[in-house]
Amino acid sequence: MSTRTGAQDQSEIFNGTASVGFKDTRSVDGTDTRTVPAFVFGEELAELAEHDPRIVVLTADLARSNRASDFAARHPDRFVNLGIAEKNMVTVAAGMAASGLVPFAATFGSFAALLCAEQIRTDCAYPNLPVRVVGHHSGMSMGFYGTSHHSLEDLAMMRSIADLTLVCATDAHHLRALLRLSLEHPGAMYLRLGRGRDPQVYDEVPDLRLGRAEQVRAGTDLTVIATGSTVHPSLEAAEQLAADGVSVRVVDMWTVSPLDHAAVAAAARETGAVLTVEEANVTGGLGSAVADSLLDAGLAVPFRRHGVPDEHVPVGPPAALYAHYRLDGPGIAAVARELIDVRPRRNA
Amino acid sequence: MSTSRTATTSRPVTTEHLADRARFIRTETVRLTRIAGAGHYSAVFSCAEILAALYYSELRIDPARPDLPDRDRFVLSKGHAAIGLYPVLADLGYFAASALDDYTRLGSPFGDHPDMKRIAGIDFSSGSLGHGLSVGVGMAWAGRYAGSDHRTWCLLGDGELAEGQIWEAAMSASHHRLGDLVAVVDNNQLGIDGRVAEVMAAEPIEERFAAFGWQTRRVDGHDPGALLDAFASLPPRGGQRPQLIVADTVKGKGVARMELSPDWHVGNLAGADYDDVMAELNR
Repeated sequence: MSTRTGAQDQSEIFNGTASVGFKDTRSVDGTDTRTVPAFVFGEELAELAEHDPRIVVLTADLARSNRASDFAARHPDRFVNLGIAEKNMVTVAAGMAASGLVPFAATFGSFAALLCAEQIRTDCAYPNLPVRVVGHHSGMSMGFYGTSHHSLEDLAMMRSIADLTLVCATDAHHLRALLRLSLEHPGAMYLRLGRGRDPQVYDEVPDLRLGRAEQVRAGTDLTVIATGSTVHPSLEAAEQLAADGVSVRVVDMWTVSPLDHAAVAAAARETGAVLTVEEANVTGGLGSAVADSLLDAGLAVPFRRHGVPDEHVPVGPPAALYAHYRLDGPGIAAVARELIDVRPRRNA
Repeated sequence: MSTSRTATTSRPVTTEHLADRARFIRTETVRLTRIAGAGHYSAVFSCAEILAALYYSELRIDPARPDLPDRDRFVLSKGHAAIGLYPVLADLGYFAASALDDYTRLGSPFGDHPDMKRIAGIDFSSGSLGHGLSVGVGMAWAGRYAGSDHRTWCLLGDGELAEGQIWEAAMSASHHRLGDLVAVVDNNQLGIDGRVAEVMAAEPIEERFAAFGWQTRRVDGHDPGALLDAFASLPPRGGQRPQLIVADTVKGKGVARMELSPDWHVGNLAGADYDDVMAELNR
């Protein structure tokens, strides 16, 4: 395939500036200092695109934020910047998908899911087109940028759309797996990414299957079902609870829609209590999905939805917000203790 | 790809034939609306000649191969005119005309708005106004990326131009130099609540699109010959500048009681009214 016109100007723009502004994500020897999901987005797609001419990447003036710039630098003729026009971007992607391409359209989750909800439903999911809408900086990871830049409603909104697959990236390895998996999926997908600073959960690129959650820690007393950015702090919480003699299973429910109902049922049957943890409004999100699944299966066990309550969050740095809402490791451990009524051991 | 490029284009037809096909579109719309019990008459009547001129003359399509990669694309952004497009697709052989006999009945592929998954010849599902031009941008970009010289046509309503996404798309089409994108505005002057000029003025349409980098022209949208001339005036395929045709039309054209009447955006003709309108259209 080739392009005749129109892309050279972009090539010039991005060849010159693609790496500017990201020096803080890598150490002096070039290795990642943190494993950063958003930041492998462009790089992984650039690699996949070497072997798959269907892949094109779109963004809305955020190539620097989501590192679509890494893709643009290697495939300038397959990168399309639509400017600050997210709705147009998503529908343009749908038009491309209707022509046989597999477009990845990336912008902040607040704009991808909330602003473009109708375009995602009507133009991507309803025609069952292989558009990949990538919402990054999801949840409240934009911190003090405030409600306009938070996407705490995206899980509820996207999971209510028929024929839309909703998946959350846990870390960089996991995101690579999601991007690879997405190439084989015929329908529309929403990929929910964090801020790009999520610590590593997976030692290597996992072998994922849609609808199959990943158990990332074994346990017998309680199951924490988390997704995306809450998986790692849930593991921290499990570690703390282990010191109290509580054995916590941690399930990475990266596949929110379709949900892994078997993993939910197994959690209830085998550990007797379920705590869901999400960086999202608990109304309609992961916790609601798991609650639906438990009730549909007739499983009544101690259960709690933990996430952001139904309110607009205050201004603050992300870490402060996570602590405020008890979404960090100690906070999740405290909520888990409330659920199963375990007192922390003093001097444990 | 050139080996598969056998779909015909610019088929020689008489303007009389196109006028006859426009009449067919209108009478079929009346017939199908009776099956549904309600439907969009007047928004189809305004674009009947446009649909006829495109489908019976201009579009490079092959009804026997609706998925031909190099076919011209047609996006009906004003999706509520689908009831006028279905009979054309049947007439051209995309599917049996009898498939329309249960139009809108439970399980039919044919609803008020078109479904690309279920209807051969429909290039995109539409219905939510303001989306179609963005779809066209994506298709035009993809066509160029694939090395195809197909055109992407997009039929817009004038009331639809109030949607902000139209202008996002218009801006991106010229920025990305999508010269094979052709938008046709069915400038029928009327929305649901009344005259577009009073509800939310779309004019000056040509000047607005020109300011967004498009090349524009204006024609009588009910004159098949003028429409063919406008199509013929387009630059050769492979150009750099998106193209706009403003087709001045009358909502409800062809049925006196419906022309520029806000009472007929949707409706249902019954009894003698049905017969009267059919007779008027066939006159």
